[in-house]
Amino acid sequence: MAEAGRLNLRTAPNVGTKLRATIRAEPVTAVRAAIIVFVLLAWEAIAQSGLLYRDVVPSLLAIGAAIVKLLSAPDYYWHLWVTAGEVGTGLAVGGLSGLVAGLLLGGNRVLSKSFEPYLYYLGPTPKIIFFPVMIMWFGVGPGSKIAMGAISCFFPIALSTAAGMRQIDKVLIRVGRSFRANVWQMATKIYLPAMRHPIVNGVRLGLGVAIIGTLLAETKLSNRGVGFLIIQAYSLFDMPRMYAMLIVLFVVAIGANALVGRLGGLSTIRQR
Amino acid sequence: MSIAAVARTRILPLALGTGTFVAAILAVEALIRIGAINRFIVPLPSQIAMAFERVIVEEDIAERFRLTFFEALAAGAMITAVGVSLGLLLFRINVLRQATETWVAAMASAPTVLMYPLFLVIFGRSAWTIIMMGFVAGLPPVILKTIEGLAGTRRVLINVGRSFKLSGAQLFIKILFPAALPTIFVGIRLGLIFTLINVVGVEFLINFGGLGQLINDLAERYDLPGTYAAICFVILVSVCFFVLTEWVERWLRPVD
Repeated sequence: MAEAGRLNLRTAPNVGTKLRATIRAEPVTAVRAAIIVFVLLAWEAIAQSGLLYRDVVPSLLAIGAAIVKLLSAPDYYWHLWVTAGEVGTGLAVGGLSGLVAGLLLGGNRVLSKSFEPYLYYLGPTPKIIFFPVMIMWFGVGPGSKIAMGAISCFFPIALSTAAGMRQIDKVLIRVGRSFRANVWQMATKIYLPAMRHPIVNGVRLGLGVAIIGTLLAETKLSNRGVGFLIIQAYSLFDMPRMYAMLIVLFVVAIGANALVGRLGGLSTIRQR
Repeated sequence: MSIAAVARTRILPLALGTGTFVAAILAVEALIRIGAINRFIVPLPSQIAMAFERVIVEEDIAERFRLTFFEALAAGAMITAVGVSLGLLLFRINVLRQATETWVAAMASAPTVLMYPLFLVIFGRSAWTIIMMGFVAGLPPVILKTIEGLAGTRRVLINVGRSFKLSGAQLFIKILFPAALPTIFVGIRLGLIFTLINVVGVEFLINFGGLGQLINDLAERYDLPGTYAAICFVILVSVCFFVLTEWVERWLRPVD
């Protein structure tokens, strides 16, 4: 014991000095770590105290165990693939139509002034209210969820593409024309490369709202997908599982968003 | 500007936009009447127009509008008070700002609305769930824009304040806050839009409250013209709200 005490006495100042040096060098990291530790401790304290309703704030251990259980269940990945398929198809349909609409509106001043206000004002409306109509049109299966994803992502992609089209440097267009580039060459060599930044940004925004639209539709009426699992956990009052699914979902959504940015070369565009 | 130029730049686009919209409605009406579109899936536009009166009178839309308005107002007041205060705190404590600004930005793009089952457990099936969902969704843009507005105050204005030996509080009230107000309002406007979207969306999802619940109710009763009319009404309300806040934002924007 005495030996251990001597050891601690000898090593403690070194650890303290190192910690102080780290805090001085990386105050931002230290603050971040402090906030995370504080939040986790506060959460655990509330969970153990029973101040809130029982199980509403489960212990961190229970949430951790639920995350492990969730990620090791093959069933979860099937539901995740269902949602990913719906989001992906919705993004493809809504994104492509948004891209075409954006190119048309951005390339023609009259069309832009005629129809862009409709998109501009319809964009911020809550899309979930269209879900009953989508159920009528596409049924209760994946079709209505894909449609929700598509109409959710159409607006940001169309508006972003139209804005990007208008921002293209006129010199680039003149260079293309002076080389007698045809429509296809103009689109692939001039327009699309020059609009990469706004299109990628539009797709990122579109992906975020497509995920939300699809998952909300799944929570409202579905028997498959991650949204269905979340609302099922709510119905069964399985709170650790619900927290686990929300955490995993947030990580997946933020990761997918970052991936789209990286694949679109957003970081390299910014560096320039 | 000549009359021809006005006609070309303003009247032609307006006529084209409105004309296409009217033509699309007439085409849908004709296609349903000839049976090309199933009228049990898409109701006649004329039926939808007639349903407006019924929805307004029979479904007590004024009361529902009042409910949604007050839920959005409560959430709006909360995002303004909390968001501006947090933005100010982060602006004043630089290390805290550096540590948390990216988190706030990540929260702005995170699908927070999906937490509504969690809020249902915590607050029950009540207006508080809707208000708190609106609050969570609308908070990040207010914080971010408050920081941006305060940090973007021109150095010369701050120096003028200091030359008058203003105290910290005076400098904030007389210089920083007025200079940042247009940007802060952009954040409040964005926050209010997110709040309204979430308030109506969660009303629809949990079948409680005002306009969102109305759409859900009518859809469950299979009242197709009523459902379409209610959706049109909600779109109209959100467009009016959007235009109004845009107008206030333009009014607050300093003249360059």
